Amino acid sequence: MKKLLILGAGTAGTMVANRLAHLLDADEWQITIVDQDETHYYQPGLLFIPFGMYSKRDVIKPKRDFIPLGVEFITSAIELIEPEHNRVKLAQEGRYLNYDFLVIATGTHTHPKQTAGLQEHEWYKSIFDFYTIEGAVALAKELRTWRGGRLALNVVENPIKCPVAPLEFIMLADWFFSEQGIRDRVELIYATPLPGAFTKPIASKHLGDILDKKGIKVIPEFLIEHVDPDAKKIVAYDESEIEYDLLVTVPLNMGADVIARSGMGDELNYVAVDKHTFVSPTYPNVFALGDAASLPTSKAGSVAHFAVECFAENFVRYADGLEMLPTFDGHANCFIESGFGKGLLIDFNYDTEPLPGMYPLPGIGPFSLLQESEANHWGKLMFRWMYWNLLLKGQELPLPARMSMAGKWKN
Amino acid sequence: MASRTIAGKQVQMNDEGFMTDPNEWNKEIAVEIAREEGIADLTLTHWKVIDFCRQDGLSSGKAPTLRRITTQAGISTKEMFTLFPKGPAKKVAKISGLGKPEGCV
Repeated sequence: MKKLLILGAGTAGTMVANRLAHLLDADEWQITIVDQDETHYYQPGLLFIPFGMYSKRDVIKPKRDFIPLGVEFITSAIELIEPEHNRVKLAQEGRYLNYDFLVIATGTHTHPKQTAGLQEHEWYKSIFDFYTIEGAVALAKELRTWRGGRLALNVVENPIKCPVAPLEFIMLADWFFSEQGIRDRVELIYATPLPGAFTKPIASKHLGDILDKKGIKVIPEFLIEHVDPDAKKIVAYDESEIEYDLLVTVPLNMGADVIARSGMGDELNYVAVDKHTFVSPTYPNVFALGDAASLPTSKAGSVAHFAVECFAENFVRYADGLEMLPTFDGHANCFIESGFGKGLLIDFNYDTEPLPGMYPLPGIGPFSLLQESEANHWGKLMFRWMYWNLLLKGQELPLPARMSMAGKWKN
Repeated sequence: MASRTIAGKQVQMNDEGFMTDPNEWNKEIAVEIAREEGIADLTLTHWKVIDFCRQDGLSSGKAPTLRRITTQAGISTKEMFTLFPKGPAKKVAKISGLGKPEGCV
């Protein structure tokens, strides 16, 4: 029996387990997946919780429900990866798991403690995050009774999981406070280390214009040094300051600690792999998929999905002794909720930045790219059903894994 | 894409003022670009950072991010802002003849 070990049963790990359980011969392969948590979070849904659109119930299910038959699921923290010995040490009883092939899908997590003043006595009083279920729920409670003032949204450092989520948050806040009838008493500020609203120039311009129309102020190139929770202000390395009444933070994102402990990560604990095949340059039987990988594309579920599609077929070739094909192109495809029942869509890859135009999708689409539409909003809401019922289970979706230029406007 | 003469040498540069061929770089060019970026004198500490960026950039093929510089070159973020004010990673990449750092995707 050949052993395939998957670390992490989040979006990428669960999808890869499902795809490979389907593609590999069960008589020849033993697939094992390890995760320290029993609960799977529909992470795109966390964004909607602060505004009362989703509740906790809408975004959680047992991980076990999505692990296919025949795949062994172990609940344990991971102590150490020993790639020289082709084995992984679990925290649970110091047990070792040997492998022939290892897929690292341990994701990325927020680290508010890395910024002084953030996770101290004002945490969940006047300072909130929405990247954790605890933060999203606490913020929902706060927003229900908040009387207005200056809401500052701050991204600590890039890269972050889902780089469009802060934009969605601030646009939904604009809509939410309008609905509450207090928009005239709320000032919305988005302070980002980026030079503009988004990472890529054309999208940054389009999104910047939309934020401007909504009366949301973008403060670019703001790299936070510390929070003064008593004076209620954030202070940047260049000594500029922003005062707030309510601070919503996207804390520093880092890969799993076990990556650092095992000496396999970069300065943010992400694993270096080939950007087209996910193979480690050091260990030819080790791969990293999803947010855990250090790749120049977005850390997002859609990227993990396209990556797994490309990887799974390629892995079967590789296990048969063939070369991997450089199939993954960095494809990302993200709905951006913009409030008032509308949304945008962006579609891009390593070489092509998000462009305006139309995204064709037989039967349902087309969806407009980089422009607000109601169809994009419904697309986003429909996606939750697709995620739980199709995507995680590794079913085919009518979305091409590689980016297409069809419908995109170049100039 | 345009070419420019800096410190008596013709080099290729993109629209944002980043050199496109790191092999065309030399120390005189660094001094000249630094001056244009508002850094009158490059101290030993400046050079320590530039040397690290050159070495790291040439081996990885891309300019290091601010976090990479601070964790690997043993210099604090605060110091980086003092040495290369307003966007230190971008500024040092420019001075080191490397492309724009890709911290954000």
